Amino acid sequence: MAEKQILLDKSRNWKEFFFQWEWLLVIIFLLIHVVNSFLSPYYLNLNTFIRTPQSFLDKAFIVLPMTFVIIMGNIDVSVGSTVALSSVVMATAYNAGLPMPLALILCLAVGSACGLFNGVIMAKFPELSAAIITIATMTMYRGIAYVILENRAAGGFPEWYSFFGWGSVGRVPFMVIAFAVCAVLFGLLLHRTSFGRCVYGMGHNKRACLYSGVKTGKIIIIVSLLTGLMAGITAVFLTSRMGSTRPNVALGYELQVIAMVVLGGVSTSGGKGKIFGPLLAVFIIGFLSYGLGLVNISAQVLLIIIGALLITSVMVLNIRFDRSNKQMMPSSSGKKRASNK
Amino acid sequence: MRKVFAKVIILTVIAAFLVPAVLFAAGAREEVGERHAFVFKNTGNPYGEKQMEGFKEGVEEMGHQAILRAPDQPTAEDQIQILEQLIAQNVDSICVTANDYDALEPVIRNAMNAGIVVTSADSATNPASRATFVNQADAEMIGRTLIQAAYDMIGGAGDIAILSATSTASNQNLWIEWMQEELTDPKYDDVELVEIAYGDDLRDKSVAETEALLRSHPDLECIIAPTTVGIAAASRVITDNDLIGEVYITGLGLPSEMAEYINNGACPYMFLWNPIDVGYLAAYTNMALVNEEITGAAGETFEAGRLGSYEIVEADDGGTEVLLGPPFRFDPDNIDEWKDVY
Amino acid sequence: MLNRIKRSFSGAESFRELGLLVFILILSVVIQIRNPAFLTASNISTLLTHASILSILAVGMMMVLLTQGIDLSIGSTIALSGMVSALTVAANPWVHPAAAILIGVGVGIAVGLVNGILVSRFNVLPIIATLGMMNVVRGLTYVVSGGRWVSAYQMPREFLRIATGRVFGINNLIIITIIIYVIFYYFINHTMTGRRIYAVGSNPEAADVSGIPKKRIICLVYVLMGALAGLAGVLWVARYASAQGDTATGYELQVIAAVVLGGVSLTGGSGKVSGIILGALLFGILSNALPLIGVSPFWQQMIQGIVILSAVIINVMVKRRNEYMALKRREI
Repeated sequence: MAEKQILLDKSRNWKEFFFQWEWLLVIIFLLIHVVNSFLSPYYLNLNTFIRTPQSFLDKAFIVLPMTFVIIMGNIDVSVGSTVALSSVVMATAYNAGLPMPLALILCLAVGSACGLFNGVIMAKFPELSAAIITIATMTMYRGIAYVILENRAAGGFPEWYSFFGWGSVGRVPFMVIAFAVCAVLFGLLLHRTSFGRCVYGMGHNKRACLYSGVKTGKIIIIVSLLTGLMAGITAVFLTSRMGSTRPNVALGYELQVIAMVVLGGVSTSGGKGKIFGPLLAVFIIGFLSYGLGLVNISAQVLLIIIGALLITSVMVLNIRFDRSNKQMMPSSSGKKRASNK
Repeated sequence: MRKVFAKVIILTVIAAFLVPAVLFAAGAREEVGERHAFVFKNTGNPYGEKQMEGFKEGVEEMGHQAILRAPDQPTAEDQIQILEQLIAQNVDSICVTANDYDALEPVIRNAMNAGIVVTSADSATNPASRATFVNQADAEMIGRTLIQAAYDMIGGAGDIAILSATSTASNQNLWIEWMQEELTDPKYDDVELVEIAYGDDLRDKSVAETEALLRSHPDLECIIAPTTVGIAAASRVITDNDLIGEVYITGLGLPSEMAEYINNGACPYMFLWNPIDVGYLAAYTNMALVNEEITGAAGETFEAGRLGSYEIVEADDGGTEVLLGPPFRFDPDNIDEWKDVY
Repeated sequence: MLNRIKRSFSGAESFRELGLLVFILILSVVIQIRNPAFLTASNISTLLTHASILSILAVGMMMVLLTQGIDLSIGSTIALSGMVSALTVAANPWVHPAAAILIGVGVGIAVGLVNGILVSRFNVLPIIATLGMMNVVRGLTYVVSGGRWVSAYQMPREFLRIATGRVFGINNLIIITIIIYVIFYYFINHTMTGRRIYAVGSNPEAADVSGIPKKRIICLVYVLMGALAGLAGVLWVARYASAQGDTATGYELQVIAAVVLGGVSLTGGSGKVSGIILGALLFGILSNALPLIGVSPFWQQMIQGIVILSAVIINVMVKRRNEYMALKRREI
């Protein structure tokens, strides 16, 4: 009986099902809309739901692979700099004469290259923590962007380019469609392929995976490559929204993305979480900032609110997880926890 | 026990949202005349706070409502988000101090299409993204005046250096260009500009850059720092290293930050303008545009409350601007009366 | 058998620091060739003063990292404690500078205590707890200051002399740093609590089962980190004679980089004080020397990144070589 319970990784008990973190996020999400509509008469209109996602979805693209990274027990703080570098290279190449469609591909290529570099170093030097590698590459990539563009801006893109960041297909913004497609792809990759299972496995116990024949090095490289690629996509959308670029764009994106992933219930100790959580977290933080901005709450108060939201939600998460953990794993540590509290 | 605790937490979170919601809902229903918004570069900046104060003063003098916003990071992305929120609120006009010359263009175009008047102040947006630009002082005048000040301080000959803010700030680069232009005059043949350093408007980095300048160029006689953080940092270094009188500091600085250094001689005199007046003028410019007294074209004139009347002129970048006036000089005679103001 | 393994391992660790030391020496020589002004007494004093605040924070961060934790909120803590102490001396110029330091440290302890309780009592992951607190404390700093800055003329002489004063010709900051290092070196290596920190980090479950008060130790490291960040805040404000709302934004990453560079593992349990001294020193050299050798400001960031990456990789390669040599010696 005890062994069977350990093997079950998703509870069939309907009560446990509804106590999952993702449902709490759904409740918070709905609550935010309710509160926002009370706060401002300008909130509840179609405009909000069409226009607002475009302003926060650009970093949402990175949230998808970052979920993989954190489930694996790693971290990547170089994404903001990757966005900056891809964007700067694209703009510079376009202004040097490269046709725009090729420049776009170049942007994605640069992003992927940055991610690949991260991945190769991580795989070749497993003693080094992902944190220090990505801190170093974070400084390096943005530094290269500064070397290229110095203190200038680069822009002058063709008219049709603004369609990426501002345009809609019918009523639905293009960014939302693109994001939805990516989200579905990443979700399938995580939950329905063996690759995804390996990612979870590595988060739980990397050494066990290694000795079981899983090619951990390859997985790390692929995940890093994907992260870089999505950063390139973010660069495409962000640059389209701004119409120009500089080396200092996307500052601070990495912490915002990590916050969204963690709020989505992905544990940074690795091995836990689903893609759905971070998706919801993206929209929660996005709409919350927007709604509060509509009543002109000052930036500092918004900082405190988001920080407090992050902390309280995780506190609740831990209490829930503790309960479900106790029932899932009737091992000695579980018993000890029960007697301690 | 745990269950109760968890419920308490959830209820607290919900309450934390609802209580301010109710409080705000009470306030949000009023409709007050016109609404004019001002967006600065970032929060926690006393210079920006003073500009916003001036803007509010001007707007409220005419009986309207002022909305003051600033992002917590000085980035263009955050300003874009704020501008979108203002568009959704259907404000009548927006004045923005841009973190980036070009990056706000798409969102500003949306604002203009929605019928909102958009101007910029202090740090300009490109001509397509503004009706007009409220300029605190002529860039040419700033550049030339600062070089002339350095010239006077070093006695006509010697090495000088510039300590700037971030390498991407448009107003900084414009002033530096005019400084270099002024230096081409034969009068400055014995004066050499040895380096331009960037302190990124960060206190510790500006100090490090100043120290590096002093070490790399032992004959340096004057540092021009057209940034409020940079000039204070450089003056601090000079004071701490007992170099008062050997290396002079001048530039653009806040009287409150520089009072100590003007009084101890590290900085004989410096320049700035009154940010309160910049905001005040911006308020009146916006209101005049909204009331269609002016359209932002060169040659038009309008009244700006206690500041008198102003004329819109051509700007260097192809758009138009409104000049506040000449830069104001701060020296030991007047610093004490200004240091508590801003 | 176990003893022999342990001995060869501690040998390998000190060799790891050797790799970093060699790197620093080579770098210094290169810089000195480019600009002889580098290795002068006054420049070294400037360099050390600069690195002093980073070093103080590095000690605290090392203890946090040793317990498998992380603290992203120190930048905001520096800002808050600096702002509070600056506001206090500005409004009450008769306050003794030592009292101002205590106030700053007190603020830091308060923040550290919240972090510690969140991590130890509520089991919130350190990265989240401190990420959230980073935002909250930064917001508080703006609220407390009302958006204003505290400027030099508002700060009494004695307060500023905390950072500019000298004892026997050596800057106060360097003295303070040395004192902190001596205290903490003793604490970490020669007291029971210090050794317990290592234990909690390398194997939390084992530590718990062995009767080590795990929760209290974890809470303690965050409180200590907070206290040191509070101290650093007062020193920062005194040094630059200005307290701003956005002071030290992003500084935490520099501190973490310096500490990890010095060999402290991000997964807890290993790291030495000697290592982080080298890490902080390397960072100090980078910020001091690059402008000195005429590197274009636009290249500085890229070079810093490359240097960090190379230093870390060289470190790993040296360590691997040493472990290989150690294995060979045992002829297994």
